Parts: sequence; C-alpha cells; structure tokens
Amino acid sequence: MSMLKIEDLHVYYGSIHAIKGVSFEVNEREIVTLIGANGAGKSTTLNTVAGLLRPRSGSVSFEGKAITGMPANKVVSLGMALCPEGRRVFQQMSVRENLEMGGFSRPASEIAASLDDVFTRFPRLKERHKQIAGTLSGGEQQMLAMGRALMSKPRLLMLDEPSMGLAPLLVEQIFDIIGELNRSGTTILLVEQNAQMALSIAHRAYVLETGKIVKQGEAQALMHDDDVRRAYLG
Amino acid sequence: MIQFLSYLVNGISLGSVYAIIALGYSMVYGIAKMLNFAHGDVIMIGAFVSFSATQYWGLSPLVSVLVSVIVCTVLGITIERLAYKPLRQASSLAVLITAIGMSYLLQNIALLIWGANPKSFASVVSIGTLSLFGGQLRITGETLVTVLANIVIMVALTLFTGRTKMGKAMRAVSEDKGAAELMGINVNATISLTFAIGSGLAAIAGVLLCSSYPVLMPTTGAMPGIKAFTAAVFGGIGSIPGALVGGILLGVIEILGKAYVSTELGDALVFAVLIVVLLVKPTGLLGKKVNEKV
Repeated sequence: MSMLKIEDLHVYYGSIHAIKGVSFEVNEREIVTLIGANGAGKSTTLNTVAGLLRPRSGSVSFEGKAITGMPANKVVSLGMALCPEGRRVFQQMSVRENLEMGGFSRPASEIAASLDDVFTRFPRLKERHKQIAGTLSGGEQQMLAMGRALMSKPRLLMLDEPSMGLAPLLVEQIFDIIGELNRSGTTILLVEQNAQMALSIAHRAYVLETGKIVKQGEAQALMHDDDVRRAYLG
Repeated sequence: MIQFLSYLVNGISLGSVYAIIALGYSMVYGIAKMLNFAHGDVIMIGAFVSFSATQYWGLSPLVSVLVSVIVCTVLGITIERLAYKPLRQASSLAVLITAIGMSYLLQNIALLIWGANPKSFASVVSIGTLSLFGGQLRITGETLVTVLANIVIMVALTLFTGRTKMGKAMRAVSEDKGAAELMGINVNATISLTFAIGSGLAAIAGVLLCSSYPVLMPTTGAMPGIKAFTAAVFGGIGSIPGALVGGILLGVIEILGKAYVSTELGDALVFAVLIVVLLVKPTGLLGKKVNEKV
C-alpha cells in the first residue's frame, strides 16, 4: 500500500501555473526521487505536500488519510517531515536549540531520547551542540537540517536538494546517511538536481519537466534511459 | 555634582519607561517584521484604563494595573487579528499605513470615551521618596518602582526567550516563518502571543509613565511611542538588550540635554543622536548583522 499518494495536483503562484496535474506515490520503506531541471516544480511539489503551499486542486493523502491543504504545522505531527531547500536552519540559535525546535510537536519527555538518537547519527552535531548554527559549515548545516527533521520521528522524510552547494565528498557522506536512514526503516522522498546521485540511491524515480511528470520508473532503468541520460546525466 | 546625579537618576527612570515600550516595538518588529505605530497609543489606553479603575470603579491602584494589563493584552491581540493579520502577505507600506491609521483610531476612541480635557493621573506608587546625601539627592518611589519593574521585565523576557519552549519558538518564527511552521510551530498563534506580551508591557509602561508625569490625555502615548521606537532602533531593533540599552541611553540623553543644553532642544537632541548612530552603525548599538549562508 502506498504511504504517500498525490493525485492530479495543480499549484499556482498567483497566475503562474507551476504544477500542472502531478500524480505520484511513495510506498513504505522506499526511496523515491523527483528529478528535473531548475524550475521544473520539484520544490513546489514538496512544499505543497508538506503544507507550506495550498494546491488549487488535486489531493494529497498520507497513510490513507486525506491531508490536502492541511497547514504545515499540523502535517509534521502526522509523521512526515520536510528538510527544506537551502537547509533553513535557525541561524541565530544554537545547534541544540535547532534540534529542540525540530521536536516541537512532540511531548517534552521524549525529546531527550530523540536528541541522543540524532547525536549518535551525527556525532559532529554533538561536538558542536552549543555553537550558533549560522557559524557552522555548509555540510554541518545540512546535517543539522536533517537532524532537526528527524527530531519529529518522521516515518516519511522529505529532502529538498540535500546536496546543494556541498563539496563532492560531503555529498557522498550525506547520501550515505540517507541510505542508512532508509535501511533503518524511514521512507524517503528525495528531490535532487544531482540526478546521478539521486538515481543511484533511489528505488524509483519520477522526472519532472515544467510542472508535469514526463517519465517514471525504476531508478536503475531511468539511469540507462537515453532521454534521461542526455537531459540530466550529461 | 549632586544636581548631575539627580538628573541622571531621572534620565534612567524615564529611560526605563522607554525601554519597556521599546521592547514591545522590538519584539513585534522581530516577529512580524512590521512597525506597530499604534503601540504608543496602547500605552495611553493602558493609563486611561488604570485611571478609570481607580477614579470611577474604586479599585485599588495595584488591581487597576492588573486590569489595565489584561485590557491592553486583549486589545493588542484584537488589533493584530483585525488589522494586521489580513495583511500578512501585503506590502510593508500597506501595513505601515494601517498601523498609523490604527494609532489615530485608538486616539479618537480615547477622545470619545474620556474626552479632550487632560486628566490628572494619581500615582499608583505608594512607596515614599528615598533621600540620600542628607536630603540633597531625592529619589522618588516612582523612580524606584520604574527602574525595578524594568529590571524584572528584562530578566523575565530574557529567561522566557532563552529557556522556554514557547520563547524559543518565538525566536524561531522571527528568523524563518516557513521553517518554523515545518517544525510544527503555529506561526499565527506565536505572533498573537508576541502582540499580547508587547501590549501587556505597554500597559505597565503607561501606568509608570503617568505616575511620574501625571498629565493624561488621548495624545499622551504619541511622543513616548515615537521616542521608544527611536530607542529600539538606537539599541538595535529586534534585540531585547538593545531595547534596554537604547531606552536608558535615550532617557539619560533627553534629561541631560534638557538640563544642560536647552529645554526646547531636548527632543531634537534625542533624534540627532539617533541620526548619528544610524550613520555610524546602521544596525543599532547591539543589532546583529545577519549573514545568510547558503
């Protein structure tokens, strides 16, 4: 059964028709990736699923429950978290405070255990827990953004461009972590411009072009698809 | 020398009132990115409510302050809900004009209820005057209470924003509303809470101001409001210690300026200092420059 199901989603920015009838689904324990060029509508799709944007029409359901148009602050408590594009950590707050904010929707008694989990997964964050987030390096900020999203104990983790602006070595490290998270039971919906990396880790993929899904299938198959190779893999 | 000390004490007292008002400006600016020019008039409403409570309803001064805080808190939440919330996506100019309109609306409502004649505000402070240096330096009970209230409020707010879950959420919202929402924080409720705190503090500031300077009329809040806004910018808008430092410095400069330079030019001096500070350090004395790293 699909964990997340998107049907015929239409999203507008003012009069601009950004998402034109997108449908896709994510099954439990999968890594699904949406790839596509800049401006194809990948982030818009994720932001709509997370509740930051309202769709004009179409439906979003999570674990069988309709959540179309539900505000983002309610969506997170259902077990679905978005780690947004550009990381958007709270620059003037400490690493620890950022993580505490990630657990905002959960009872105070469970925060300590989740903090330990995140610190085990990201030892670097533990070393720097008192540091102000704005002074972290780009890679550390990405780890913080992911750790912060994990603080809500999501069953579905959505990642928007986690590799953006990172050195190749760090990109590999981040993707290793995504793989580990998935193996430990978290379902992943990944949006990436780095199609090579995204396809290498994902089970299935959808290709987005100017607000529409133009191709879908097994990630391995798409990696060898001529059109995809020409357009996104160079 | 004693004379100077006396001016200094008066300056710190006036500055403490500015600091409390500046906090409201600063917190609201920090979270809603808007200048709430009606904030000064909430001070005036607060003072009038306390005045009515003691003069007409026969309540004790302390209870009147409590009533005033409650009324202003509700007023602040209502103003935000009715006037500013519908403009969340509008241009900042539209919001600014609305805030100025709200300021005039409050002044005219006060004019309707309490009339244009200045009221003589009876001080809510019952502590006597403290005499030092054989009676040469006299510190009034109002001054003592004002400075003490300022200290208590600053410490309480610093603890609130630094230690509590809601306080941290408030900082998160002031940095990035979208990211805060993704954490599960109710952004609208957090903004409401900020207006509630700022307006409750405005009530306290109004009562303290009128206890020291007892003339109360519908325009009473306008000038202190503008000066407190100046204090907030001076100290670094959005910053709690900035409001404290900006407020106290402004009060001291105003009183010393009036005493030693010219009574008429005291206010001009205050704004001249603001201009100089902004030329040298545009973010204010304690303002942080935000470096976004992508």
